[in-house]
Amino acid sequence: MSYFVNEKGYYGDFGGAYIPEMLYPNVEELRQNYLKIIGDEDFQKEFHQLLKDYVGRPSPLYLAKRLSKKYNANIFLKREDLNHTGAHKINNTVGQILLAERLGKKRIIAETGAGQHGVATATVCALRGLECVVYMGEVDIKRQAPNVARMKMLGATVVPATSGSKTLKDATNEAMRDWINNPIDTHFIIGSVVGPHPYPDMVGIFQSIISEETKKQLIEQTGSDQPDYILACVGGGSNAMGMFYHFLDDEQVKLIAVEAAGRGVSSGFSAATTTLGKEGVLHGSRSILMQTHDGQVVEPHSVSAGLDYPGIGPQHAHLFKTGRGQYVSITDDESLQAGLLLTQMEGIIPAIESAHALAYLEKMTFTGNENVVVCLSGRGDKDMDTYMKYFNL
Amino acid sequence: MNRLKQLFEEKKNILSIYYTAGYPNLGDTMAIAEQLEQSGADLLEIGFPYSDPVADGPVIQASSKQALDNGMDLKLLFEQLKDLRKTVTIPVLLMGYVNPMLQFGVENFCKACAEVGVDGCIVPDLPMVEYEELYAEIFAKYGLSNIFLVTPQTSPERIQKIDGISNAFIYLLSSSATTGQNLQVSDQTEAYFARIAALKLKNPSIIGFGISSKETFNKACKYAHGAIVGSAFVKSLDGDNVRGSVKEFMKKFKG
Repeated sequence: MSYFVNEKGYYGDFGGAYIPEMLYPNVEELRQNYLKIIGDEDFQKEFHQLLKDYVGRPSPLYLAKRLSKKYNANIFLKREDLNHTGAHKINNTVGQILLAERLGKKRIIAETGAGQHGVATATVCALRGLECVVYMGEVDIKRQAPNVARMKMLGATVVPATSGSKTLKDATNEAMRDWINNPIDTHFIIGSVVGPHPYPDMVGIFQSIISEETKKQLIEQTGSDQPDYILACVGGGSNAMGMFYHFLDDEQVKLIAVEAAGRGVSSGFSAATTTLGKEGVLHGSRSILMQTHDGQVVEPHSVSAGLDYPGIGPQHAHLFKTGRGQYVSITDDESLQAGLLLTQMEGIIPAIESAHALAYLEKMTFTGNENVVVCLSGRGDKDMDTYMKYFNL
Repeated sequence: MNRLKQLFEEKKNILSIYYTAGYPNLGDTMAIAEQLEQSGADLLEIGFPYSDPVADGPVIQASSKQALDNGMDLKLLFEQLKDLRKTVTIPVLLMGYVNPMLQFGVENFCKACAEVGVDGCIVPDLPMVEYEELYAEIFAKYGLSNIFLVTPQTSPERIQKIDGISNAFIYLLSSSATTGQNLQVSDQTEAYFARIAALKLKNPSIIGFGISSKETFNKACKYAHGAIVGSAFVKSLDGDNVRGSVKEFMKKFKG
């Protein structure tokens, strides 16, 4: 069983490039070049240098002692929250900006929900002096004002997406329309393992640094590179894919992907895609998505803007369908409580996205010897408003 | 004889009109089709709406959203088109995105098209490879044509390939753009149209995207067998007087 992409751009039944002809030349240019560029020695050197000196990698693998005691297992946190700009998103934008430069692109566009990917994109554009346009839903612009200000300060133009539900899904549509209208000089930096092939594979490769480092760090700290469990949250699924990547073929390592149940999977306000979704096509790939009986995409809900997406990447759909990954969900309330718990037991305020992964520890039982890695994908600074309101701080 | 084939054999300067099913009012689909034929349209493209129409500009996006809010879906559309061939004789295509079609079932979709007398489909986000491998046989079984798009950035090799698997006509996009922008025939566009002509394709072609007036229509007809009007027509529809607004719009092209 292969968990990686095949030569046709598919992961089992999922993937492909379901795009209108207007996008074909752009996506095809990328498809023909991405592996060659990424494999190039100069590229690798520059990429790893930036990850080290600019992003601050390797990110620590931290044994959370008090949390470990509470859950009766060795809980390791992969500290992506300590990266520059505060989340794993920057791993991918550093990779894609170097790739865009090598393709001769002069203009960068991106979609963003909470603004983390938008900030990470605006950051690397400032770093390399490239024009940056970020599409963001009008509703998200209102609820994520600090990130909008950060992007503007970094020199990006933030364009409100006013169609549909005015959130991440619509921002993605608008970015795709921009790309259709600017086919020659523009590169679209997609922020997750979604979109037409080769995006899911490319973003997965850039994020795979997370599991590459984790393996080495586990050997140093535990003597084995094989933990018992790995947990990560899934919206589109990029931090989870980066965290799972080098463990996919280690079948004894149990992979747990945590989706956002929102107010509960049956509440009508949820983003638990594998529970509520069906197979279909969204944003250029065949995957699992939340939709009506006649194939209209349904609006998801999560307290965490980064998990508020009606689909998952095609590789995740494949891991779900083959049973390689266990896909579970956590409610808004459970995630916020887990965020508070980590803050008070370890002195780390997590992003609410990452708190979903932490919350699942409550539902597991351990015997005291298991090694468990949780991807702490981002820090909670951006979520202070939500935490303050919820806990009356 | 195949209605599409006959049209291209018998007519030049073919005027094709796009509109969204279920817009402005849920029940307008058939009235618009009938009035368009009576007012001189040669070919109809009826759009079935989708929540995330990435290839479309603001006008068609808004019409799709309104149609969905009105309650349009494929099941209802086929019911509305049940008696299509009692009153409409010109060729009719259905145009929409792949996901609603997949959920309806591709075979069910093709069967329903054949039953009501739809002649073909345009599905912009259904890739050529997937069409060939998974669906071409089903389309053929029900006698449906699948129409592919070509843009100024499409390579000659790919155009030849598209020509090879097309059996009605090729939809030439005047520029790489979302729908609803004005046709600008620059030197570059002319060179592109000339390049297509030089390929001596077996299929005729129609130009779409940016045709909004008799002037732009005539310009497009210099380079192809006809042209498609979409956004400009959708924008002109008046929900309180649908047939009247269709008549009024068509006067601009046929007057």
